[in-house]
Amino acid sequence: MTALPLILTVFVACAVEAVEALTIVLASGLTREWRSTFQGTAAALVVLGVVVAAIGPALTLLPLWVLRLVVGALLAIFGVQWLRKAILRAAGYKSLHDEASAYLREVAAAKSAAVTSRRGVRDWYAFTLSFKGVLLEGLEVVFIVLTFGANQHNLDAAVIGAAAAVIVVAATGIAVRAPLAKVPENAMKFAVGIMLTSFGIFWGAEGAGVAWPGNDAALLALVPVVALVSLGYTVLLRQRRPAVPVASVPHTSEEVTSS
Amino acid sequence: MRRLKSIGAFAYDFVVGDDWRVAAVVVAALAVTALLVHAAGVNAWWLLPVCVFAALGWSLRRATAGSRS
Repeated sequence: MTALPLILTVFVACAVEAVEALTIVLASGLTREWRSTFQGTAAALVVLGVVVAAIGPALTLLPLWVLRLVVGALLAIFGVQWLRKAILRAAGYKSLHDEASAYLREVAAAKSAAVTSRRGVRDWYAFTLSFKGVLLEGLEVVFIVLTFGANQHNLDAAVIGAAAAVIVVAATGIAVRAPLAKVPENAMKFAVGIMLTSFGIFWGAEGAGVAWPGNDAALLALVPVVALVSLGYTVLLRQRRPAVPVASVPHTSEEVTSS
Repeated sequence: MRRLKSIGAFAYDFVVGDDWRVAAVVVAALAVTALLVHAAGVNAWWLLPVCVFAALGWSLRRATAGSRS
């Protein structure tokens, strides 16, 4: 497999997470103060960098079948969870992720918190808000970079895809100074869920000892099949959905209410 | 102790997510695939995709069960 599909998959997955992190950083910086916000962001990026530097090379030392079995299983589980949320959103059972409203919620919370200085940081709330936001969204990026990079023995390509996504999203955020509400985030999450699930199935089965028909070319069939099944489930759920707005659909299970 | 618990809860939520049954089906399907390949000599490449699609459908059905008209 060439590096391009790897870079593109990691780029799209990381762009989605970067958009969510940017919303939190903007809410903190614009309503609190930028210096503490940048300190929190920088601290989170350092932690994430250390995680990649520590775990990345160690992963590539594992036997390939072990790596593919474990990483494939994790990716398939992780991918199906993304896909499940994306399908529930696309079918109208769960409200669409909206960066504009997420931004307003963060702004309201940031405005009501008191300003306290701690450990050389002027505004501890701004620091922790941006640190937690970037760290939590960034951990998903790290997971994707490590799993894809280690499996392809091309950690550099995965890091390039992730870094490009973070730079593009950060540059756009600085330019517009507003949450990137127009990014088709839900469609991107659907696409990422399809890619994560497909790669997870492919690598997991290989790790279990399977020889895919056509070897790597099987992925070219697997990705469209996963996409078709997901779209099929979306259509089925849309047809079954009661004719009420999303906001008034009864919250019958934990997943319908979680974001 | 409380910190350890919260790290464990975060790791569980991060990997397993909303429905543990999906994770259980994936792990079981991989185990059966390995058994078929290594013990019975069957190249069961089809088993994991079928199980993943079934698990996804089952999970979606459970998530939306109470919302039907």
